[in-house]
Amino acid sequence: MGKAGKVFTNGLLNENPTFRLVLGTCPTIAITTQAMNGIGMGLAATFVLIGSNIVISLLRKFIPDKVRIPAFIVIICMFVTSVQLLMNAFLPALYESLGIFIPLIVVNCIILARAEAFASKNSVFYSALDGLGMGLGFTVAITCIGAIREIVGNGTIFGARLFGAGFEPMLIAALAPGGFIVFGLMLGFVNFITRKGNKCEDEHEEAEQEEAA
Amino acid sequence: MTAYSVTTAPHIRTKESTTSIMRNVLIALTPCLIAGVCFFGFLSLFVVAVCVVSCVFFEWLFEVIMKRPITIKDLSAAVTGMLLGLTMPVTAPWWMCIIGSAVAILLAKQLFGGIGDNFLNPALTARAVLLASWPGRMSGAAFVSPNFLGKVDSVSAATPLAPGAMGEGGYSILDLFLGRIPGTIGEVCKIAILLGFVYLLVTRVISWGIPVIIVLTTGVFGWIFNGGGITTPIVSVLSGGILFGAVFMATDYSTCPMTALGQIIFAFGIGLLTAVIRRFAGYPEGVTYAILFMNIVTPLLDKYIKPTIYGEQKEKKEVAKVA
Repeated sequence: MGKAGKVFTNGLLNENPTFRLVLGTCPTIAITTQAMNGIGMGLAATFVLIGSNIVISLLRKFIPDKVRIPAFIVIICMFVTSVQLLMNAFLPALYESLGIFIPLIVVNCIILARAEAFASKNSVFYSALDGLGMGLGFTVAITCIGAIREIVGNGTIFGARLFGAGFEPMLIAALAPGGFIVFGLMLGFVNFITRKGNKCEDEHEEAEQEEAA
Repeated sequence: MTAYSVTTAPHIRTKESTTSIMRNVLIALTPCLIAGVCFFGFLSLFVVAVCVVSCVFFEWLFEVIMKRPITIKDLSAAVTGMLLGLTMPVTAPWWMCIIGSAVAILLAKQLFGGIGDNFLNPALTARAVLLASWPGRMSGAAFVSPNFLGKVDSVSAATPLAPGAMGEGGYSILDLFLGRIPGTIGEVCKIAILLGFVYLLVTRVISWGIPVIIVLTTGVFGWIFNGGGITTPIVSVLSGGILFGAVFMATDYSTCPMTALGQIIFAFGIGLLTAVIRRFAGYPEGVTYAILFMNIVTPLLDKYIKPTIYGEQKEKKEVAKVA
């Protein structure tokens, strides 16, 4: 796998913003009451991530180090505002259900973290790929949480009814405590799975190093 | 020559074990169960049995999957199931009992490390989850009037904590004391709870401090706030699940503070919060949330209230001596 592939899959697996970096937990818990919200929020954040990563990468040699955070925020704000206006115009239902969490993408730590940790140090192409990978990783993660909470807490998936009339949904999954519980269980589950994978990887790397030595 | 075995301290051993303590708790809970069966019929026995069996099963299942030592013989899972069953209304369906048991054992107990490592009371956590998930089945209409030694009539009735339920045409103090009121299976009969309390005191499983302080605080503050059906301290103490919670739930070893001062603050907090939730919050009963909240505060209390170690003196005195 080349560098481009590694940069792209980094956000999906190894440094998944939700399950590995545990960033942007506020929208993760607040809006994942439905799977559709997860997709909407994830794609909006992905758009902002790609845009801001590209622009910040382009401007990385012009922005003075001391004022970089305000400069990043202004650039991120520009993309968030355009997402907000576009959603309000073309997806009014989704806009309503996401509410305040659309403008709050500005302060989503994933976006500032990638600007600071990646885009301000790397070229435009890799920054865009990093934004795409991180954004999709975030989308997949919160859509999974949203799907689980929607199935358990409402008995539906993407609005389609799954069970018969006798099914009584477990309301707590759709409430805030359910958000924390499902998020915590998913976090533990992903750690449980990836730990095994990483162990093999570490051994593999060690073997390679020994061969090189 | 005789072989002597050399071991480190402690050399004085007690026969008391987790199993014996849990067995005593089960014995102490039996009067409540019998009272529940008398008042609500044999369906209540079924509810409690489903909770106990599924709690033990989930404990066994988790420990088999995670390859941990099987601890179902220490009876702690059975106690959790019994406590959960006794805090359910008799109308609770079987699937709700099973989900509650799964939450208690898997989520609240085993994921945090098993017995002794849980920071929340497992049975109460399950009750809180069920209450938030199926409010219609855990409160209000779910409580039926008890029918002494008869079949359960499906007439639902207001608990004494509902506004206007006490007084003329409502429940008398004797009704509250004997348990002739709607409520969960275990909480209604105060005589049975007091029997269990005395048994736990005699066998030294619990000390009297926490339950007594909780009951006194709830009585006094319930009377001061004076809301809903509560008009006197006695009514405040005898309604709802405060007595059951104070004796069996708040005294859980791993979720209450270790020091005397910590336990006083813990118990006072439960009493005060119960009265506050009953009077000012949207729920008629607040014992569950009050105890869970103080469970969360417990590590903080243990951190900041440290007993003086034997032989240790305060620094100021040392300085004074030198001077």
